[in-house]
Amino acid sequence: MGRLSVNLLGIELDNPVIPASGTFGYGYEFAELYDINVLGTFSFKGTTREARFGNPTPRIAECSAGMINAVGLQNPGVDAVISHELPLLKKCFNKKVMANVSGFSVEDYAYVCERLDAEEQVGWLEVNVSCPNVHGGGMSFGTSPEAAAEVVRAVKAVTKKPVIVKLSPNVTDVVAIAKACEAAGADGISLINTLLGMRVDIRRRRPVIANKMGGFSGPAIFPVAVRMVYQVSHAVKIPVIGMGGVASAEDVIEMMMAGATAVEIGAQNLIDPYACKKIIEDLPRVMDEYKIENLKDIIGVIE
Amino acid sequence: MKQSIFTIIENAALTRDVWRMRLRGDTSAITAAGQFVNIQLDGLFLRRPISVCDCEGDVLTLIYKVVGKGTAQMAKMSAGETLDVLTGLGNGYDLSCAGEHPLLIGGGVGVPPLYMLAKQLRARGLRVSVILGFNTESEIFCREDFAALGCDVTVTTVDGSYGTKGFVTDAMGADYSYFYTCGPEPMLKAVYRASKTSGQMSFEERMGCGFGACMGCSCKTLTGNKRICKEGPVMRKEEIIWED
Repeated sequence: MGRLSVNLLGIELDNPVIPASGTFGYGYEFAELYDINVLGTFSFKGTTREARFGNPTPRIAECSAGMINAVGLQNPGVDAVISHELPLLKKCFNKKVMANVSGFSVEDYAYVCERLDAEEQVGWLEVNVSCPNVHGGGMSFGTSPEAAAEVVRAVKAVTKKPVIVKLSPNVTDVVAIAKACEAAGADGISLINTLLGMRVDIRRRRPVIANKMGGFSGPAIFPVAVRMVYQVSHAVKIPVIGMGGVASAEDVIEMMMAGATAVEIGAQNLIDPYACKKIIEDLPRVMDEYKIENLKDIIGVIE
Repeated sequence: MKQSIFTIIENAALTRDVWRMRLRGDTSAITAAGQFVNIQLDGLFLRRPISVCDCEGDVLTLIYKVVGKGTAQMAKMSAGETLDVLTGLGNGYDLSCAGEHPLLIGGGVGVPPLYMLAKQLRARGLRVSVILGFNTESEIFCREDFAALGCDVTVTTVDGSYGTKGFVTDAMGADYSYFYTCGPEPMLKAVYRASKTSGQMSFEERMGCGFGACMGCSCKTLTGNKRICKEGPVMRKEEIIWED
């Protein structure tokens, strides 16, 4: 085991760096740029029962140190993911992948998770109960402890692989929701999904984004993410994956000190397709600088 | 796609708000006319997608209109400064369909990508007609550049201050084997309706990444969902679905 390695729910990762869902497709497009086997793993594009086109365009708005997206879970649906995307991924990625799942009903979540649980390359299921961009689904499950717990129970009943619940920051008490997920049998928590945001085009006097609101991500949200990772990781016994605005090796270390076992990187991939590779290459140097022998030693060192 | 650092060798205004920037760097990923590059600018989070006007050896030419913060910042840059650029993005135009007498139709800042296309079509010895549409005479740029390639150039202005008065469609006629176009969406729609042959049209959309990762710029077509940045920006006339 190298000094960057961490254990995520029984699977050893070479390093804690994980491209976040929705910023890395199904992996193979980034494999044209570099060998994606350097990654700890990655979380693939949020997958639903049926194919989805997503929201109307414009779906993207720029912000200071960040961006808003309102893609709305565009994906080819679980059948096509299994028949088309995963075989392409297998050719360029020889590690376990994290399957990101979204739904519009408890049954949807259970169905898609059960299907993906049967795929050999899937190492973990990341259940997204926090997408801010779809109505009647996604975030509505992640904003109440009872609804989130119900999804967790339904998914756990039909799967064998570790279930990680991806939580929304758009709630009054994220700790209560994390605890409810833990009590319902979740194996891990990942957070934060995007913050609900909005921009107005003052020349045209209308929202920049066709769907009006969207998910705000990027370095601007990093302090919010660190705070929530700290709060949740100190309140639950299951591992926490930290994400939200991570853009450098220093950010990875900060997130881990706050309590994260592994770290997802999202928006940064969109402005620098080599971001994760650079961060992994940079980690040993930054660890030396801060006298960190092994990354696993710093997880949650902040009391 | 390639990420590399380019050095600005020239950045000059062509009209009140349209600029030409020439840069030197690794252009090896640029494989077709109609592709674009995505430029990182200090202090701005998202890159700015700009169409390739020309690419000759290690010199990349971009013509851009100042429309917001990013392009305003580009206009302030000088020779010797460097930019982080993703190159070789998008599909570009397919020249194989051109026939004997292709017609190129550009509107405003949609004109630049047609320059490299015209150059390649002329290099194949084809007779190339070009219609360039602008609002008014003071906004005209690139006319002489197309003429120097040996293209038959018609300019239209909405106010009639130069060339044919009206829109590009008023100058289209019927004497062409195929068309290629780039411009604002209302113009593309008008060209689509007025066109008598098959053709290819280049579209614009707000992008997140520019290389297919974020699904920010998706559109529906008759051949399935496409990302403007990856399977586009050039679409074939036959696959386009117009949304109101």
